[in-house]
Amino acid sequence: MAAPAIELIGISKSFGPVQANRDINLTVEAGTIHGIVGENGAGKSTLMSIIYGFYQADAGEIRVKGEPVSIPDSNAAIAHGIGMVHQHFMLVENFTVTENVMLGAEQSGLLNAGIRRVRAELMRLEREHGLEIDPDAVIEDLPVGLQQRVEILKALYRGAEILILDEPTGVLTPAEADQLFGVLRQLKAEGKTIVLITHKLREILAVTDAVSVMRRGEIVATRRTAETNAGELAELMVGRRVLLRVDKAEARPAAPALKVSNLTVHDSRGVPMVKDVSFEVRAGEIVGIAGVAGNGQSELLEALAGIRPAKSGMVELLGKSLDPCGGIDPAMMRAAGLAHVPEDRHGMGLVLPFREAENAILGYHRDPAYAKGPFLDLSAMRRDAEAKIAAYDIRPPNSELRTANFSGGNQQKIVLAREMERGPKVLLIGQPTRGVDVGAIEFIHRRIVAMRDEGRAILLVSVELDEIRGLADRILVMFDGRIVGERSPDASEGEIGLLMAGVESRDAAE
Amino acid sequence: MDFATTLNVLEATIRLATPLLFAALAGLYSERAGIFDISLEGKMLAAAFASASVAAIWASPLLGLFAGVLVAVAFSLVHGLASITYRGNQIVSGVSLNFIAAGLTIILGSAWFGQGGRTPPLSAGQRFGDIALPGAEALSGVPVIGPIYAQVISGQNLLVYLAFLAVPLTWFVLFRTRFGLRLRAVGENPAAVDTAGISVTWLRYRAVIICGVLTGFAGTYMSVAQAAGFNRDMTAGKGYIALAALIFAKWKPVPVLFACLLFGFLDAFSIRIQGLSLPVVGVVSQQFVQALPYILTVVLLAGFVGKAVPPKAGGVPYVKER
Repeated sequence: MAAPAIELIGISKSFGPVQANRDINLTVEAGTIHGIVGENGAGKSTLMSIIYGFYQADAGEIRVKGEPVSIPDSNAAIAHGIGMVHQHFMLVENFTVTENVMLGAEQSGLLNAGIRRVRAELMRLEREHGLEIDPDAVIEDLPVGLQQRVEILKALYRGAEILILDEPTGVLTPAEADQLFGVLRQLKAEGKTIVLITHKLREILAVTDAVSVMRRGEIVATRRTAETNAGELAELMVGRRVLLRVDKAEARPAAPALKVSNLTVHDSRGVPMVKDVSFEVRAGEIVGIAGVAGNGQSELLEALAGIRPAKSGMVELLGKSLDPCGGIDPAMMRAAGLAHVPEDRHGMGLVLPFREAENAILGYHRDPAYAKGPFLDLSAMRRDAEAKIAAYDIRPPNSELRTANFSGGNQQKIVLAREMERGPKVLLIGQPTRGVDVGAIEFIHRRIVAMRDEGRAILLVSVELDEIRGLADRILVMFDGRIVGERSPDASEGEIGLLMAGVESRDAAE
Repeated sequence: MDFATTLNVLEATIRLATPLLFAALAGLYSERAGIFDISLEGKMLAAAFASASVAAIWASPLLGLFAGVLVAVAFSLVHGLASITYRGNQIVSGVSLNFIAAGLTIILGSAWFGQGGRTPPLSAGQRFGDIALPGAEALSGVPVIGPIYAQVISGQNLLVYLAFLAVPLTWFVLFRTRFGLRLRAVGENPAAVDTAGISVTWLRYRAVIICGVLTGFAGTYMSVAQAAGFNRDMTAGKGYIALAALIFAKWKPVPVLFACLLFGFLDAFSIRIQGLSLPVVGVVSQQFVQALPYILTVVLLAGFVGKAVPPKAGGVPYVKER
């Protein structure tokens, strides 16, 4: 049997007082796809950065193909045949594909020879692996899936035998993810070794041969994929039993709380993103909007929240007609009983440098409950923040801490606590669990269902189809700015997936 | 305007555009690498002072140039230290360098030469002299082209020609060499450069050093070629105009040439129409004419350039993420 592609022996790494990796032992067999799962902050990315020479381990040994090696920088990793596809692409967005592939491996001081070589090599890779790409395309014009392909090509161009992918599907559509897995399987068939880091269990089960689970900086288990299941892996990741399915009773929808008629919304460039959309959300039900990111869901949410003026259409909130074309603003909608958990918690939901207690009342800071005349009532704010911290199990439980220092899942809980605790009649939620750990996802899902059972109307937007199918009572599928179909959550993933891709179900059936 | 006046204005345009060109190209190298440099002004001033002092003492314009470049590079390294190594705020560092240059040149000038901050006037041999290009005499008889060649193109000094040669050279470096590819990359996404196994720090230092060399040329040109000695605050905002030209040109070398020529022309034109009585408006006030290039800069930047997108990583110190 061939020597393992990578062996890690006793790797430890700490950043100040934080021990990111503790005595890691890991063996990745050559020619396999090895998954590494764990919650955010479990130390997966740190470990991979050590293999790629981005960080130095404090202790331990790395062996590549049986040989002990030292990897002081990325160059050394590349020289040992290790390539990495980072979670945030390491691409220069206004460069062409060729320039990006060439960067750092230009061959000579002048570029011409390198450009010719890269083109020839890209053609070869396209022939051999089916990795099609236009070498002259500019990165920022390419869809995310192709940008990721450029990252893979970069690694292959440098002669990578071992490919590390860090959360590769976070930004991909289900179809793009499947395509990526196809590429990975093919690379494996050609003898390459692949390390796949993710927190999505479905992917691990779909594509890997073996899987190691990390928790709090340690590897707690390694399993052959064929001999494990999602439940066991989730339990290993979190350290306790986790409910993967959302437990909920039958919905009891009452009167319509939010009615949207013929809504059209343009984006900031004037391109229509939401086209003549009509639907309603009743009190006591969760309506999920499924769709590939960028098909108008964001603009729809923003228009309903009063952030982005619509072009035309009408909105009826709790029986009151409102003009979404400039007649509403977020404060007004909030006062009328609508709360909004924005998709992008960093850009819209939170002010990261603020203290937790400040973010916990953001947007409601004019409420007399938090104010003494023109001044903020700091002790009232603290009491309020501490109540929310307790109710939502926000960790660390410190309302004075800068929000940036909370993990993604806890930041999301801060936003959810703020919007849900106001007791809105209508709740808009965008991407409630993006970048959130398995444990926190379970909690957030339970809260959303609890809100529904209290008789509130919930409009849920998520690019995670599993989430939509698990939570929603009715699913609307958005494609190219239109609602192209309504399905019950029992509809198959394939059926909804086709709608998301813009294929009419009738066409597909024939 | 008759032909002779036009030639005069064009000739002045070339002369006035030269320091802008050096400085704007200097800024281009630095900013394309992700280091915003508001201290072009201060570096030019310090270089102008250093070169004029050395040229006066050792009677050599080349030694003056050497001193000017040296001082400007030293300023650049301070800026590099603050903004690359210590990840400080690039605007604050740049502004303080401008203050240091303004103050230091006056203090040292007064202390060394006792002429109220001026350096001793330079004689012809201590300055860069005009160079007659071959064929200028012979061609001067040819209508239109002859006088343009003889008066506008020929008969400038060495530094003028170097400035104009620096444009194609910069284009070549930026778009046809490995260094240029990496330089452009580090200004857009330093993490991509880092993960490709290239040192972000060293790359950015090289960029600011080139910036220093070119601002050294710019300053030297002003005091040892265009004028005959250093006056206090003689750069008079040229560094900022160069920065405006750089933005106007969207950080591209060839458009930088045209932007600098445009600003040079406005400058030359405003000198020309001072005190003249124009039809309709009458005598234009001197203050207005002097403000004209700046007003046009604002108008051009605000209205006609469209969106000038700076290098994406500009102004942001590079820190490895966890």
